[in-house]
Amino acid sequence: MTTAARLPREARSGIHEVESGYNAETIRADFPILNQQVHGHKLVYLDNAATSQKPKFVTDAIVRYYEHDNANVHRGVHYLSERATEEYEAGRRAAQEFINAADPREIVFVRSATEGINLVAQTYGRKRVGAGDEVLITAMEHHSNIVPWQLLCEEKGAKLRVAPINDKGELILEEFEQLLGPRTKIVAVGHVSNALGTINPVAQIVTLAHAKDIPVLVDGAQAVPRIPVDVQALGCDFYVFSGHKTYGPTGIGILYGRFALLDAMPPYQGGGEMISSVTFEKTVYNKVPHKFEAGTPDMSGAVGLRAALEYLNKLGMENIAQYEHELLENATRKVSAIPGVRIIGTAKDKAGVLSFVIEGVHPHDVGTILDQEGIAIRTGHHCAQPVMERFNVDATARASFGLYNTKEEIDALVRGIQKVQEVFG
Amino acid sequence: MADLRELYQEVILEHSKAPRNYREVKGADKKAEGFNPLCGDRFTVYLQMNGDAIEDIGFQGSGCAISKASASMMTQSIKGKTREQAQELFDNFHKVVTGQSEDESALGKLTVFAGVSEFPMRVKCVTLAWHTLQAALDDKQEAVSTE
Repeated sequence: MTTAARLPREARSGIHEVESGYNAETIRADFPILNQQVHGHKLVYLDNAATSQKPKFVTDAIVRYYEHDNANVHRGVHYLSERATEEYEAGRRAAQEFINAADPREIVFVRSATEGINLVAQTYGRKRVGAGDEVLITAMEHHSNIVPWQLLCEEKGAKLRVAPINDKGELILEEFEQLLGPRTKIVAVGHVSNALGTINPVAQIVTLAHAKDIPVLVDGAQAVPRIPVDVQALGCDFYVFSGHKTYGPTGIGILYGRFALLDAMPPYQGGGEMISSVTFEKTVYNKVPHKFEAGTPDMSGAVGLRAALEYLNKLGMENIAQYEHELLENATRKVSAIPGVRIIGTAKDKAGVLSFVIEGVHPHDVGTILDQEGIAIRTGHHCAQPVMERFNVDATARASFGLYNTKEEIDALVRGIQKVQEVFG
Repeated sequence: MADLRELYQEVILEHSKAPRNYREVKGADKKAEGFNPLCGDRFTVYLQMNGDAIEDIGFQGSGCAISKASASMMTQSIKGKTREQAQELFDNFHKVVTGQSEDESALGKLTVFAGVSEFPMRVKCVTLAWHTLQAALDDKQEAVSTE
């Protein structure tokens, strides 16, 4: 009997049918947290690029796991351990299917997208990159796709090269191509920029890099919740994303790696689970992916992530992407029409993120005033200080959309921005 | 509910738009940099001492309205004071903006910042310049950070 079939019927009813068309209002009912007042106003949650809210379907699945299935995985021969293992491995298969990986063994559970990048840098990277070699990233990366490579380069005496972006926030492909040199050992690139919203042409990037036998890691933290992702179609070698930005729980993330690469990589951390035999003289490591999963893993996280992916599948990633694109266009049109407001990041191909600055008002003050209107946005450098520098700003205000946001909420954002301008008038 | 007008009082907005003593003090004998890594606010405070007294003070940098106005009004309120008097004023100010005290009697014009205590996320903004001042007085070489 499969785990999915064992889920109680009522647990599966928390997902809305979307055959009759995408309806954000009915979808919102799945997210209890959205139904609250903040400072006397209806909450308008526009900080989805920082973290997304969780549907009750996800939190119910986690509670159900703890109330019915919890035991340590891959250890006991007892009934509950077997069930917990089944649940955990079902999470792996769900992630595999969601990004269309060829094999469940290509899915490694990690703590976060950040940990996934660090894992690759510290295992694959340390083996492959040597003195005088180069790692190529882009100018729009999140700190999590910069610092792990800097650490590696420092250790190895290698060089971090940065492909530039244009004034719209698009990667300049010609310059990127020129930077792919004989010493380039790995390319690491974001799929969707968290600060600018730019969708990078990952398939093209991979083609260019592979033409020179250079592997590519893709940071998909902002992409997986927003657009359909197919790692085989992209052709990338590694792909990471996080649970919590994907309407799932915090504390779990996914590293996808092509099997041959994972198989040849040394382990990341040592401990239980990642071994097949241990003596004081020699340890034989477990097989991929368990080789990379030292210690008791985040079992409830895997259960919650699977529920989240199931929820997204039910709504349909194509539908979500199209709906969020409409929201973004609507917001871009309305916000850019406000005098004194400048949008940072105007790439042709964008997803769900609207960074802006208001003339004469620091983004932090924008954030506080919007918060008083019940509107949650992110202000600051968005863990992308080099991007801020590229656009000559200290910080921006960023509204980022999720599958449950509405055009009415964008109108509230517009009124909020006007309020900011009144206060600072 | 915290009132926005309590936070963004006219005098604060006015100082943020036209900060006082917004300049480098030429030949300053003390100087320090302060940085809030969370929001990117960054100020440099310059001091010209005369014995134990702060004879001249200036600041430069960038930040939000609260941090800039606070820096501006700080320079006005401590010019001419001794190091001890400045420290005492900061202690009182700190207690008020963090909500540990409601005694605003010693703050003078700085009472306009009392409303910040209703906005815990903004306490670092209002104290950044003060921490920087402290670092300058203590001759700290490294930039001070709010984190």
